[in-house]
Amino acid sequence: MHPGMNAHAFTLSGARLRACASGALHWPERGLVVVSDLHLGRAERMARRGGPLLPPYETDDTLARLAADLAALRPAHVIALGDSFDDRRAAEGLSEPQRARLAALLDGRVWDWVEGNHDPGPLALPGTHRAEVRLGPLTFRHIARPDATAEVSGHYHPKARLALGAARVARACFLIDGARVILPAYGTYTGGLATEAEALAGLMAPDAIAVLTGTRAHAIPMPRRAARRPPTRRISP
Amino acid sequence: MDAPTPLPPRLADWFAARGWRLHDHQAAMLARAGAPALLLVAPTGGGKTLAGFLPSLVELAADPRPRLHTLYVSPLKALTADIGRNLRAPVDEMGLPLRIEDRTGDTSQTARRRQRADPPHILLTTPESLALLLSYDDAPRMFAGLRRVVVDEIHALAESKRGDQLMLALARLERLAPGLRRVGLSATVEDPPALARFLARHPDACAVLQADPGPAPDIAMLDTTPPPWAGGGARHAIPAILEQIRAHRTTLVFHNTRAQAELFFHALWMANEDALPIAIHHGSLARDQRARVEAAMTAGKLRAVVCTGTLDLGIDWGDVDLVIQVGAPRNVKRLVQRIGRANHRYNAPSKALLVPANRFEVVECHAALAAVREGTLDGDPRGPGPRDVLCQHILATAAAGPFDADALFAEVTTAGPYATLPRAAFDACLDFVATGGYALRAYDRWQRLMQVGGRWQLRDPRAARTIRMNLGTIIDTETLPVRLKSSRGGAPLGEVEEAFATTLTPGDTFLIGGHVVRYESLREMVVEVTRQPGRDPRVAVFNGSKFATSTVLAQRILAMLQAPAWPDLPAHTADWLALQHKVSRLPAPDRLLVETFPHEGRHHLCVFGFAGRNGQQTLGLLLTKRMEEMGLAPLGFVATDYATLIWGLEAVADPAPLFDPDRLRDGLDQWLQGNAVMKRTFRAAAIVAGLIDRTTPGKRKSPRQATFSSDILYDTLRKYDPDHLLLDITREEAMRGLVDFGRIEEMLARVRGRIDHMALGRVSPLSAPLFLEPGRIPVHGAGRERLVEAAAERLMAEAGLS
Repeated sequence: MHPGMNAHAFTLSGARLRACASGALHWPERGLVVVSDLHLGRAERMARRGGPLLPPYETDDTLARLAADLAALRPAHVIALGDSFDDRRAAEGLSEPQRARLAALLDGRVWDWVEGNHDPGPLALPGTHRAEVRLGPLTFRHIARPDATAEVSGHYHPKARLALGAARVARACFLIDGARVILPAYGTYTGGLATEAEALAGLMAPDAIAVLTGTRAHAIPMPRRAARRPPTRRISP
Repeated sequence: MDAPTPLPPRLADWFAARGWRLHDHQAAMLARAGAPALLLVAPTGGGKTLAGFLPSLVELAADPRPRLHTLYVSPLKALTADIGRNLRAPVDEMGLPLRIEDRTGDTSQTARRRQRADPPHILLTTPESLALLLSYDDAPRMFAGLRRVVVDEIHALAESKRGDQLMLALARLERLAPGLRRVGLSATVEDPPALARFLARHPDACAVLQADPGPAPDIAMLDTTPPPWAGGGARHAIPAILEQIRAHRTTLVFHNTRAQAELFFHALWMANEDALPIAIHHGSLARDQRARVEAAMTAGKLRAVVCTGTLDLGIDWGDVDLVIQVGAPRNVKRLVQRIGRANHRYNAPSKALLVPANRFEVVECHAALAAVREGTLDGDPRGPGPRDVLCQHILATAAAGPFDADALFAEVTTAGPYATLPRAAFDACLDFVATGGYALRAYDRWQRLMQVGGRWQLRDPRAARTIRMNLGTIIDTETLPVRLKSSRGGAPLGEVEEAFATTLTPGDTFLIGGHVVRYESLREMVVEVTRQPGRDPRVAVFNGSKFATSTVLAQRILAMLQAPAWPDLPAHTADWLALQHKVSRLPAPDRLLVETFPHEGRHHLCVFGFAGRNGQQTLGLLLTKRMEEMGLAPLGFVATDYATLIWGLEAVADPAPLFDPDRLRDGLDQWLQGNAVMKRTFRAAAIVAGLIDRTTPGKRKSPRQATFSSDILYDTLRKYDPDHLLLDITREEAMRGLVDFGRIEEMLARVRGRIDHMALGRVSPLSAPLFLEPGRIPVHGAGRERLVEAAAERLMAEAGLS
């Protein structure tokens, strides 16, 4: 079964959503798919800045997974929820085949590029550049606002750690509570921020859940530090 | 033996004043001082280091003009400091106006700069610091006058990539200072000519000088109360060990891992009612702490030091008269070398005691003792020089300045480990370093090296700094420094593995440097702790050395198990083996024992292959993969030197099909690709080859979500560029070391399908110890997915969310 098809269904402000095992968010009634933090062109950006020459396949890999999701879910509307490109030059630096591939994904769909901290401002690509998108009751923006409700965002690359006896698994995850959903990073070359981190713990309500991605979507209570122990890890988002 | 060379008067007087005479091997070293390469094999305490330096002292006595004359390279920082002290005294007493300085990772920036501008006569350093010195553009000036290189403890260096890196550095030095002479100093090894070829400039000849090995060691098992069924702590032996410490002047207590040394030291200290001065020393302790122990040891103030491999090497620890090895030695050669640490007086027998930590180790210790008495040594021939080290060498060469590829290839192939390197392999490494070496040539504009006028150079000269920061071939698991909490930044205590640190919650206690500390917080990637005396600690999981039990030793153990009775073994161990014989059966040299049994709600399968830890681990990977395919839902496994224990959700009714050699072999390549061992091997190769940076603890600049795991790179390469150089290096590395498929082949050939399957109702005596082994490897398959689902449902139900 394609990971996009396996999903955890939930409701946010009346909108019936599905958190897919692939990391995409699906809103069937609106024919909408949302993906966040693709970080296309990351290897190229690191090389350009004199860093290591990482395997230059992550853009193709991310696009291939996205193509599979879109083929399975057949959305009329796609929102890329920011940090779609590792920086603005990375958007310009796509190869011709990659550009063609992306164009094929955009073809016949409404496509919104929400801007992120890595890719502010309009891109020289088809689709519409937006600071944020409002659709029905929901607002789609890159970085969550603490006081917002009915909000869909990305940015933090949340990952959840789950103990299985002595072993542990760590997987990219959705974070969901009554006010918001935070999407996992969809890009291949992305790391994660543990849900225990202050930045995430502070944003999410006490009853928030985490939906683990991978081959199946598993919902668990959002892992947090034990009560009355103040968060001690200082990590700036 | 060559005729003794007369010493110059100043040196001869110095010897005479002490009533000393040259050992034969020291005289032989002097007589052959002009040879381009020499290997001296001598037991500890034979004046080996002085033998190495004598020709330098003779030459410098005749001509003390300031220049770098002799470079001394040792595997340990502590050794360079120690040699510095020991050399200083005679040089001063002889009235030689010589500068002797060390240069290690601990040397201050000021001293480093001065040493490069105005080097001492004798520079004492490590392979990593030498590689760093050679990466600067002023290296040709610094080393132009170099005449001799002394490589100490070359047997230890040759066992790892550090030796390969050093030999590449010597090839470079030879070009900067033509006519350079090399001397290697080695403990007893099984194949001296191979070590000589490793050291010498290819194809130079290299004579091997053998010093008198001295009298046979006095070695026995320590009489103790029965050891436990399992575990490595050897706490049962503490009263007996304290008794021995009291009865000797200075005792070294060796452990195989840092974690074991810590636990043992803690327990020893609690039982130390006479308050004997006892200290602990291992590589995870802060530098200051190690230095304090070393100083106290040299001053003769300590009665015992609990230590690990860091004290394996020839540091002069003063008057050690007893060596205790806690835990099975795994390898006869290493045991012999450790025993040599006791009694530095030449021609006095070394005294050593073995302390098995559990019942199986009693058997292994007995087998090792028999091997030592018969003079059997073990060891595996080393393969050709690894290519990830070559990649790093090429990068470091570029950091020093533009180079010509043909000249560099010619230079590299003069290094023993790289003598047979094909040009195509060299070119592939150069291509990887320059362009990434990807099938998709994506980095034309951003190459790391580019050709200018036929010579290769860094595209961005600022990259030299990153290259220097990543030099070296030692890949530790990522560690975090541990400090006492204080407003001004408390005293450093040592370091723990990052994986361990992330499991800590405030209030947890663990052991470091023999103290119980309380975890307070993780601040800027430093673990902050407070002292918490007298509480039961959780164990700090340090990365221990994981040497596999050698083939020689494994064969001896299997032979021993065939005896009808074991009158030489302590009764407790003989009884245990007899019980195994009764409820199951004993492993035999030409058969394979496989036990299956249920335990704590999981089905278990235990394979007694005796293929060494790495071989047994690979067997675990191969078997779990097949079990996954057969729908047996394996969850994980753990391996020791003699067995692999696998657990899962389904029972294995007939294990025989799992061991079909052809299918095991066929599957190896595909199967191994996705597993954790390969990913770990890949990470190490990727760091050494310069694909990814080392993470320096406390200096991580990027926030967490900006960094990602090397596993992702491995998966990506496998999917899109399966023939990439780094995957090839990873496979080669893994087959050689961590995978050790050779030992499995050997086992399968020995067994030839004769599998004894024992379906038991419960854990067997021989398999019980495996349940307490650390290093469990999870299998990520259908079984785990079932568990994740169950755990998720349970958690949601508990939280009232489902």
